[in-house]
Amino acid sequence: MEWFDPSVISGSLPEFWRGLWMTVQLTVFSLAVGFALAIPLSVARVSRNPWVSRPISAYTYFFRGTPMLVQLLLIYYGVGQSEWMQQQWESGNSFWLLFRDAYFCTMLAFSLNTCAYQLEMFAGAIRNVPHGEVEAAEAMGMTRYTVLRRIVLPSALRRAIPPLSNEVILMLQGSAIASAVTLVDLTGAARNVYSRHYAPFEAFIFAGLLYLAVTFVLVGLFRFAESHWLAHLQPRSASAQKD
Amino acid sequence: MDALIEYSPSLLAGAWITLQVALLSLLLAVSTGLLGAACKLSRIAPLRWWTALYTTVFRGVPDLVMMLLFFYGGQVILNVISDHLEREMVELDAFAAGVLTIGFIFGAYFTETFRGAFQAVPAGQMEAGRAYGMSDWQVFWHILFPQMLRYALPGIGNNWLVLLKSTAIVSMIGLADMTWLADQAGRSTHQPFTFYLAVCVLYLAMTAVSNHVLQHLQRRYNVGVREANV
Repeated sequence: MEWFDPSVISGSLPEFWRGLWMTVQLTVFSLAVGFALAIPLSVARVSRNPWVSRPISAYTYFFRGTPMLVQLLLIYYGVGQSEWMQQQWESGNSFWLLFRDAYFCTMLAFSLNTCAYQLEMFAGAIRNVPHGEVEAAEAMGMTRYTVLRRIVLPSALRRAIPPLSNEVILMLQGSAIASAVTLVDLTGAARNVYSRHYAPFEAFIFAGLLYLAVTFVLVGLFRFAESHWLAHLQPRSASAQKD
Repeated sequence: MDALIEYSPSLLAGAWITLQVALLSLLLAVSTGLLGAACKLSRIAPLRWWTALYTTVFRGVPDLVMMLLFFYGGQVILNVISDHLEREMVELDAFAAGVLTIGFIFGAYFTETFRGAFQAVPAGQMEAGRAYGMSDWQVFWHILFPQMLRYALPGIGNNWLVLLKSTAIVSMIGLADMTWLADQAGRSTHQPFTFYLAVCVLYLAMTAVSNHVLQHLQRRYNVGVREANV
């Protein structure tokens, strides 16, 4: 038998590209939505008012403590259990009909998941902003909002770059479960190629290599971002330049 | 609610499968990680290169893709072998494929954890051991290893919590873990939300218990270390 037949891959290249494009869309979009939500929520998370911080910590507790696959299934297959939702679907309400769409549900589940992780990262970084920076800003007569916007958030976001790079890569890899709800992402494309040709090695090794390639690109981008925005935190010795 | 009670024995059986997958994977991952760390710190360069390749590939490819490769690819290999031996076709076990995949993926993460922890033990400790006339093995077992564990524990805890959650993907190769059983129960009762939520609660419970155990271990291995108090 033929162990590795490259013609299986070359014959399915368009399918792999479409899958890769779907994976990139899912990853980039959910990371961006998660980021946009995580910034204000992280400020609320560090609030001293428990009525503000507690609900957010319950949200992150749930989304960080359960598998993203189960969250996705809960949203995509679960919402239809509600009779109210079924009525909305029957009446053709276009907003609630979105919840029958695999693409929308996947984006929603991924965004909520990564938002929970990102907001805890940012909250941690906000708590770690040196107090002297805040005091100096207050001494300059800045209002609380200005301190937040010009001092705390920029400083915290820079410090959050290394853990954020981790989260971006985990999100890329986590997005592989989209094929559980019929979406044809890169993994879904590989599964289709596998079942058509019964060629597991060609399909999954090629998909794995594409994921690796995207991972390398992302790691490179974050290296650049760190050297650009975190230069002031790097040790000043020459040896720090090595790796 | 009645449906949940009716299906709870099956769901709990699934939770047991999930726990078995997670614990066996952890065992495999820790052993692989210790071996990998030893290779990464070895003086033999090719050993370091191969381990670097292993950790890069297993951390750079999604767990699901790896699992599908192991499961379907493993089946092809098994078929060829049984053809060759003119035996009956053997079906690859989803449980074994799941444990092997998750174990080797997290073995790559543990390799990095243990490598860092081994390097964090001050060299003076080992020199002191040798000065007392300990053998290499005694230095390793009584001095290096216990102190390494202290540095590795936070990393081990994090990896375990991620590992536990990644067991949910074994449901996608048909292993009857709690996610798979919740899917079945949700379909037959038309109450998928109830059952998936129950799975979430079970995962949260497992995480809570793990955190408790980890805290206990942390305290045990930090005996004799003064923490900063303000």
